[in-house]
Parts: sequence; C-alpha cells; structure tokens
Amino acid sequence: MLRLGQDELAKYPFLADAGEYLQEQGFTLEQFGADPDLRNLVDKALDRVRAAAKEGDYKPDLVDNEVPNDAALIREVFSFLLAIVLLKVSNAHSLVRRFSLSEAMRAEKFLERDLGNMSDESNKQLAVRIIGDLFAVKIEKIDEELVIPVPDYLRHAVHFHEREWKLVNRRVEGGSVYLTPHETVRLIRKELDGYIRSKITKARTPPMIRGLEDAISEVSRMAEKFATPVQFTGEYPPCIKHAIGVLEKGENLPHSGRFMLGTFLLSRGQSIPDIAPLFKNAPDYDEKTTLYQLNNLAGNTGSSTKYSCPSCDKLRTQDLCFATAACDGIINPLQFGRKR
Amino acid sequence: MNDADTRFLEESFKRYYFERASLVETPEMPGEREFGYQKFNSGMVRHISLKGEGELRVMLMQNSPSDVYCSNARYTFPGMPMKDKDWLGAHLIFDVDAKDLALPCRPSHTVHVCSCAAVCGGGAKCAKCGSERQARSLPCKECIGASKAEVVKLSTILVEDLGVGKDDIRVYFSGNEGFHVHVHDQRFEQLDSRARSDLVDYVMFKAAIPETFGVSRHKPKRAGLFDLGEPGWRGRLAKHAFGSKTGRQKMLTEVISGGHAKFQDMLAAAEPKIGARIDPQVTTDIHRIFRLPGSINSKSGLTKAPCKDLKRFDPYRESVFLGDGKVEVVANCPIQFSLGGRKFGPYGGQVESVPEHAAAYMVCKGLATMPP
Repeated sequence: MLRLGQDELAKYPFLADAGEYLQEQGFTLEQFGADPDLRNLVDKALDRVRAAAKEGDYKPDLVDNEVPNDAALIREVFSFLLAIVLLKVSNAHSLVRRFSLSEAMRAEKFLERDLGNMSDESNKQLAVRIIGDLFAVKIEKIDEELVIPVPDYLRHAVHFHEREWKLVNRRVEGGSVYLTPHETVRLIRKELDGYIRSKITKARTPPMIRGLEDAISEVSRMAEKFATPVQFTGEYPPCIKHAIGVLEKGENLPHSGRFMLGTFLLSRGQSIPDIAPLFKNAPDYDEKTTLYQLNNLAGNTGSSTKYSCPSCDKLRTQDLCFATAACDGIINPLQFGRKR
Repeated sequence: MNDADTRFLEESFKRYYFERASLVETPEMPGEREFGYQKFNSGMVRHISLKGEGELRVMLMQNSPSDVYCSNARYTFPGMPMKDKDWLGAHLIFDVDAKDLALPCRPSHTVHVCSCAAVCGGGAKCAKCGSERQARSLPCKECIGASKAEVVKLSTILVEDLGVGKDDIRVYFSGNEGFHVHVHDQRFEQLDSRARSDLVDYVMFKAAIPETFGVSRHKPKRAGLFDLGEPGWRGRLAKHAFGSKTGRQKMLTEVISGGHAKFQDMLAAAEPKIGARIDPQVTTDIHRIFRLPGSINSKSGLTKAPCKDLKRFDPYRESVFLGDGKVEVVANCPIQFSLGGRKFGPYGGQVESVPEHAAAYMVCKGLATMPP
C-alpha cells in the first residue's frame, strides 16, 4: 500500500480510504448537512461534480502543486469524498462515468507534472510508484526520456483506438517504448478512470443526509442530462456490406469474415434461419455446417459461449475493415449508425 | 483418401513415432499444455492432458495420428473444456507460410486434384468427373527462400525492437510450406489476444501513420523526418526508401512536396516489403493448438524440424525422416520435386517404385495412390 504525504493526498484524493479519513479527522457525514461552517466543503464537492458535467470549473486549493496549509488539504480530500457521497445518494449512475474520468484527467495533470519535474526527485518517484503499484507499468528514465517495457505498453495501449497509440507508431527499441511524461500518464487514463470508478461503485450508499437535499437534487438534475436513449439507424457498416457483397458474388469469404458477419447479425437480433441463406453462394457452402457454426456462435452448442462481434481494431488487422467517414468514432461495427 | 493410402501412411507415420521418438519435442511444462491430434480421414481430438514425455509417446503409438498438436498456452486444467481450463499464459508464436506471400512461382508448381484422383492443370472443376478440385502445391526453392526472408525480417524485429534474446527464438520448418517461430520470452506470456494483435501489426508494419515519420498534415519539416541509422521502423523505412545516403536528399524533398496523403500511400506500399508477412490469426489466438515440433505434417509427410542454421537449412533434406525402403505407387505427379537429395517425377499415372518418404510425400499431396 502506498504511504502518502499531505501534498499527495490532496493531488490524488482517490488514494485515501474514505471512511478511515473521515473518522481520522473526527467528522461524520451528518455534520456536513447540519453545520453551516462545513457548507463550503459541500459547495466545493458540487463544483467537482459540476466540472464533470461540464457545468462549471473546479479550482483546486493547491499552490505550485502543493497544499499551502492543512485547511486546503482537508478541503481537497473532503470535497472529493463528499462528491462521491452526493453521487451515491442521488443514484446518479450516468454521472459517475463522467466524474471518474474528470477526476482521472485532473490527477493526470499532477502525475504528468511530477513525472516531468526532474528537479524534484521525490515527486517523480511517487508518480512512478503510483503508476507502478496501481497499474503495473514499470517506468524507467533513460537520458531524460521515460521508457516502459513493450508488454506493459501493449497491455494499456489496447484501450486506445487512435492510430497514434498503435505500437507501430511509437519509438520502440531494445524491448522498451519511449514516451513523454504526458503520453505515459495518458496511457493509464482508462485504468485510472476505472480505479476511481471502482472506488465509487464499491463505496457504501449512505442514507439521505438532512441538510444536503438541495445539493443532491442538483446532482440528480445534472445526471438526467446524460441519460439519453440510444437509437439505431438500421444501416449496416461498410465491413458488413463488403462481406455480404463478397458472398453475393459467390467469392470466398475467409473464416474470420464469416465469423464477423455471423456474430454481427446475431448481435443485431437476426435469427439463424434468417442469416444462414446469406452464405448460400459461398463456394464451399454446406447447409449443415453453416447451421452448426451459426449455432456455435450463438452459444447454442458446444461450450455455450456466445461469441461477440470483433472490434474494428481486430478487423483492421484481419484486412476486413473498409472504414468510411461514417465509421468515425466507433470501435466496434455494432456501434455503427448509433445515434443519440 | 482411400483405405490403402490411409493404411500406408498410418504405418509409415507409426514407424516414425516408434523409431524416431527422440525427434518429437516434449514441450516445457507438459502437464500444463493442451494436446490434440487428428487421424487420417477423421476430425480433431483435442483437450487432452498429458503428464509428460512417456504419455505423449503412448498417445502417438496408440493412435497413429496424421497430425499432432500442442498448445502454446499453459492452463491449470488443460484437459477441461476451454471455458474451464484457466489460462495461465502463452508463449508467442508466429507462422510464415509461402502460400500467403503471393509469389509469382506459385502457379508453376501448383496442381489441382480431385476425389477421382485426376490431376490436371487449370480450372476449378475436374474435367473427368466434374467435381470441385483442390489446389496442391509442391513448394519450390523460391518459396522456401522467400519464407526464410520473412523469418529473418521477423527475427530482426524481435531482437532489435522487442528485445527478445536470440536464444529465445526457435525457428522450425512447418513440415509443408513455411516456418513456425516460437518465442520463449516470459515477458510476453501474459499478453491477451488484443495486445498480441497490436504486436502483430507492429511486426507486419501495419497501421503506421505519416506523423510517426515526421510527415505532418501541415508543412512537414525536414528536421523531424525519418533518417538512416535511427532505431525501429523510422530507420528501417529510411533504409528501404533512400537505399543509400546519396538518395536521401532527393527522397526527403519528394516526401515534403508529396505531402501527407502521398506519404500514407508510400507507407502502404512499403508494408509488405519491410514488414514481416505472417499469418495474424496464429499469433493472436491464445487458445490455439499448434503443430508439435518433431511431429509429421500430413500435408507432406515431412517433419516439423528445428532450423539451427536457417540460411543453410534445406527442408527437403533435413525434414525427411520417413523410411528409405522401396514402395510401389501409382504416381500422377506432373511436377518434378526433390526429396532426400534425389529428384522424382514428373510421373504420368504409371506404377513407380520410390523410397517410402517420396511415396508418402506424393500420397499426402494426393498425387499418388497405392496400387490396387
């Protein structure tokens, strides 16, 4: 477990154990609803949520990356913990995702500064330890550059869909990937986000706290904004159209292409008797085999595993991707045509 | 395949597994591997758990398999169905196959065979019985040479870029048309399928963007452009594009004037030339059972043999381990081939007396059959 100093706790409040911290400081949740002197902490917590919902800014009480006094430290940590309480009590699921990402991005800035601040060895070491202990990325410094082992990079970079994050677009040498502090921290954003979100998910939901009703109803209102239903246009993505076109022409579609087509159509709710005729023109068509394989994909036979449609990334590797501008922003063919 | 051909191959393979058992490699930690095999004219039997070399030998002797496989993955329960196996990790594997290299020589040594045992060139359907025919290739020296070149490219990338020790790379002739590369480097064992997919794109030089080479969308600057002597893909592309220092200035001027879109085309054109052309499916599949080193490939009757010296390795000499005794076959092989230092064919459907390994090679390819 990481041992944290005051500056670290203020910068990375998600590392604190919420219940333990409140208790150590001699507070109970009820006090925040009842004591007018603590109202500013509730407001600060609301600011954090507003920043996540893009309804305002959050300005931390840090000066030059450090906490100027004990009060500032308490404000930083408490506002984070109270924000979680507000999210839990208001049942604002649609905001939790945004809140954790917003907090992750804030922590990123501190981590990046600490990693890049060569004059302050202790801060750099802490950032290296946080990234190493929490996210299993071993960071070393070689000639003013940060390097991480290729396997560590790959494990984290798979979460990115921009091509610049593909290993082929990185400087790779002798088993290491060379990164800037910004890139190093950006690499673990998803895990950092996931870590903070899991802290929120695991936190106990307290009962309604008297005196905080207005804050809670504001959080509920912000959450409503993000609970938008999703609709599909019904159009097929270009990879699926291409695969169907290949079959219609009686040409051979590789196994990976058949897998993609089958899993895509099954996920879109089509039935096996509806899908099977698509393969009739395949040069090696066999009805029994086709039905068997579709049933297998649907999880009706064998190990009962239901297979999912491969990601756009995987389809690119398999030469099955024929992306058009309409594919921008999607990471799986199933997301094609999704409109909010 | 008819019964007589099957019997001949089964006996020949069984003799190999009895007399040449030492050639079959027992994998590291055999108790954590999934084994599988195929018999002639039969489906795959997999999810087999074996304790070690002794049980592996018994399996080979008892079943007379046409092909033998072993997982590159390790499991807590290798004998259980896939979802219950408890995956522990898998070493990296790469498959280089001549058939994927689109070599110009291929049509000249590809024949089409059908179930009526007719062999003739061209056409997807048999002129004699009208049924679908299957293409069978007898790889030539160019095929093997081109496959070796891909293995060399791959090995260079693995060593220079990915930091794999030379001793951790084991290269095998696949027993048919290419090579298998096993990488025994613990650092990569835990990578999942998605991470391996990114690694595949790396070694294949796929999905590279111009910005990586200093070619931005707006006014690329000469100072940030890729150059000779740089590590990784920047240096490799420079070597490919410039050829030498003298060609550098002219090429860089062309790159700057051509802009982003033209450079992207250049990257796409360079991909098959400087990237290692491997089968991506093999490397990304972390539950695959892969041909066991030292076992026979039923597509040829040749052994998946280790290549100690890849440059000098001659698969048609060093992977031939079936017997030398004379066997009579009805050979219908229109292409000459070399095996064990001797040339055979072409044959036009007559009875021929050839060494057992040459007979097995043709029978496996569907180009010979046992006399009635």
